[in-house]
Amino acid sequence: MKKYTQKVLDKYHHDKTRLMDILIEIQSEYGYISSEVITIIAQDLNMSEVDVEQTISFYHFFSMKPTGKFSIYLNNSAVANMMGRNEVAAAFEKETGIKFGETTPDGLIGLYETSCIGMNDQEPAAIINNRIFTKLTAFRVKEIIRDIKEGKEIEKMFSASFGDGANRNALVKSVVSNNIRKIGPILDPDYKVGEAIKKIIKMTPEEVIAEVKHSNIRGRGGAGFPTGLKWEFCRNAEGEKKYIFCNADEGEPGTFKDRVILTELPRLLFEGMVVAGYAVGASEGILYLRYEYKYLENYLEDILKAAREKNYLGKNIMGKNGFNFDIRIQFGAGAYVCGEESALIESAEGKRGEPRDRPPFPVEKGYLEMPTVVNNVETLCSVVKVILNGGDWYRSFGTADSTGTKLLSISGDCRNPGVYEVAWGFSVNDILEMVGKSGNVQAVQVGGPSGSLIGPDEFNRTLGYEDLATGGSLIIFGEHRDLLEDVVLNFMEFFIEESCGSCSTCRILPTVLKQKLEKILNARGIAQDIADIENWGKFLKASRCGLGQTAANPLLTSIKNFRHLYEEKLQTAKEYDTGFDLSAAVKDACEVTHRIPNI
Amino acid sequence: MNQIVNITIDGIECMAQKGQYIVDAAKDNGIYIPTLCNYPGVKPRGSCRICTVKVNGRLMTACTTPVSENMEIINEDPELADLRKAIIELFFIEGNHFCPACEKSGNCELQALAYRYKIMVPRFPYAFPQRELDASNPKLVKDQNRCILCKRCIRGIHDEKGRTIFAYRRRGTHVEIGVDPKIGKDLSDDLAQKSMDICPVGALLVREKGFDVPIGERKYDKQSIGSDIEEKR
Repeated sequence: MKKYTQKVLDKYHHDKTRLMDILIEIQSEYGYISSEVITIIAQDLNMSEVDVEQTISFYHFFSMKPTGKFSIYLNNSAVANMMGRNEVAAAFEKETGIKFGETTPDGLIGLYETSCIGMNDQEPAAIINNRIFTKLTAFRVKEIIRDIKEGKEIEKMFSASFGDGANRNALVKSVVSNNIRKIGPILDPDYKVGEAIKKIIKMTPEEVIAEVKHSNIRGRGGAGFPTGLKWEFCRNAEGEKKYIFCNADEGEPGTFKDRVILTELPRLLFEGMVVAGYAVGASEGILYLRYEYKYLENYLEDILKAAREKNYLGKNIMGKNGFNFDIRIQFGAGAYVCGEESALIESAEGKRGEPRDRPPFPVEKGYLEMPTVVNNVETLCSVVKVILNGGDWYRSFGTADSTGTKLLSISGDCRNPGVYEVAWGFSVNDILEMVGKSGNVQAVQVGGPSGSLIGPDEFNRTLGYEDLATGGSLIIFGEHRDLLEDVVLNFMEFFIEESCGSCSTCRILPTVLKQKLEKILNARGIAQDIADIENWGKFLKASRCGLGQTAANPLLTSIKNFRHLYEEKLQTAKEYDTGFDLSAAVKDACEVTHRIPNI
Repeated sequence: MNQIVNITIDGIECMAQKGQYIVDAAKDNGIYIPTLCNYPGVKPRGSCRICTVKVNGRLMTACTTPVSENMEIINEDPELADLRKAIIELFFIEGNHFCPACEKSGNCELQALAYRYKIMVPRFPYAFPQRELDASNPKLVKDQNRCILCKRCIRGIHDEKGRTIFAYRRRGTHVEIGVDPKIGKDLSDDLAQKSMDICPVGALLVREKGFDVPIGERKYDKQSIGSDIEEKR
């Protein structure tokens, strides 16, 4: 263990800003990070042990205890539950004889829950030793556990054929499906690598920025900041070195379109990073990739290697003197909050993924204190098309405020879940028709848990920055779903699990609000509880980042649009109820002492 | 270097040094903005959120936001007053704070703020968490029951090699402060005292030491928190 740790430390030049990579390699090798290893790392990097531990303990996929030779991470998102996750989870527990959060006594198998893994269109899904297993059933679980016990290699455990497209690539070999349902200019497979680079090197960086600004494209991650403006700020900021980050940490439950781009169009994405690098004057690009997509690593590295050989990356790119740009992949380790751009930068620097205080913004002071652009996967892909076809062409799609097209990740109760590329300005009704709704739709979650839960009377609203802004996640709920129990409660648990814990508001309030919801679900609610949720939820607006600011949205938007669901669960005769159940609280003690409570 | 900018706080015209944080600029002008996680000489972090003000209509933390020319800051309005009160209440329900039995009573900033904001009982239900008292360190006792996770000890206390002695552990509701098992053991008396002083509450206490000043005679027993700043107006 000591020797291997030293080797890893050497590989990353004893650089403490590469702590994430160091920890990922050790976690992958041993299944955990032992206290001996922590001591070695701390000494080597001149850090204290608690400092190393504070990074380790932040991330879901790091552990200081052995996680089993086969560690199984079963997704617990709302859609996974809708698609039969509970049965699958029960089968895992039955077949392994352990509960979630435990490892088998022989150290062979560990069972864990995890937040959305970007497979909402093929749930229930799990990650086992960095490989994805989709559409699980109780029967399939039996097979998997049997295979593990028989000592089969993970690669040989796939009984079905591999997924479509590049999922079959020899370096991927995954059962994941792309489910591309509608193609537009971005997903168009007819794309020639390098054309945009050839074009930009004949332009000045300012001209590139001007074209992007003219296209009016805005950030596709959800926040919608104008891309050209972001690039201009970074270009004008002072710094010895500048960086382009691609944010591929799509963690918003229900989002998976970036996974499809990374699988089918990684060259387009990397070309977009090169374009951004040229425009901004950056020499290094970093693809921050969520750990859940580690199964794509070899495939993506291979494509980067080929790009270097063709001089799309490297020194004096395509003969342009002084245009140097290369890309490396930085993995996360399981933390939704790292999708926030400054948290992502902190994480890439080897630290806890806690958002930074702003100002200063990353374009002024980002990665290693240098000017940094962080763009979404889809944004960078779109930019290539803007360069190839012009800003005017791009503006011919969508609406005045929301130009271009948007990739939507659609899941839940519909016939054809998957990825759809549509022009902005589509109404929710249009989308429901497009995806083949099955039965009556009760509600649609637009923009993931941090977005809004809307009902049929709002289905005529349109997607776009001027009305329903979204990073692209749409989850459809049929009329048979219990919105409060299956959706709102699950989303609140998600926010509680994924809070970094730095802001008082986001660390404490979501739990308080969730307890209010549980009180209502337990038939102990009173009218004041709804008012309390509405009044208290507002305090979250004082949180530092988007995660905290939106953490009450599942409750607030469902109260706004589905108030009757709450009201019908309230006690009408009571004006006051603490929700405290005395008989339940003293039940154990009474059993032990053989007493009957006098309540 | 010392460029002067003009700002207004609650309509009061103030002068401040360019680049100065709002909270310091306010202080120089005799205006108190409550803080908990902020500490002089330590890089601000904006984690307690109690110094939240409105800057040109947006909620910003005064301890991390630098002033700029013509900035319009609201420090006192009903919404901010309620928010701050709520944040103080949240700290009280999150941990286990029993002021009468606490060694820091009278010197505790959380307690002092609760008095200033006239808090009788929190609106939120108490969480009554199970928290640990860590007495493994020879110089310090760490009582997680009282910790408000402000990170002042993390940011402000380092050993001679610049390594942090305190750090966050885990995330979200599970966050706690860890004390380094190795370098924490060799803590000097001076650094141990500094750790206790930097802690706004009674979560870090120097071991085997009684009190110098009795309860009733301590800093905030005598005057309300922030009143020293407001006296200068």
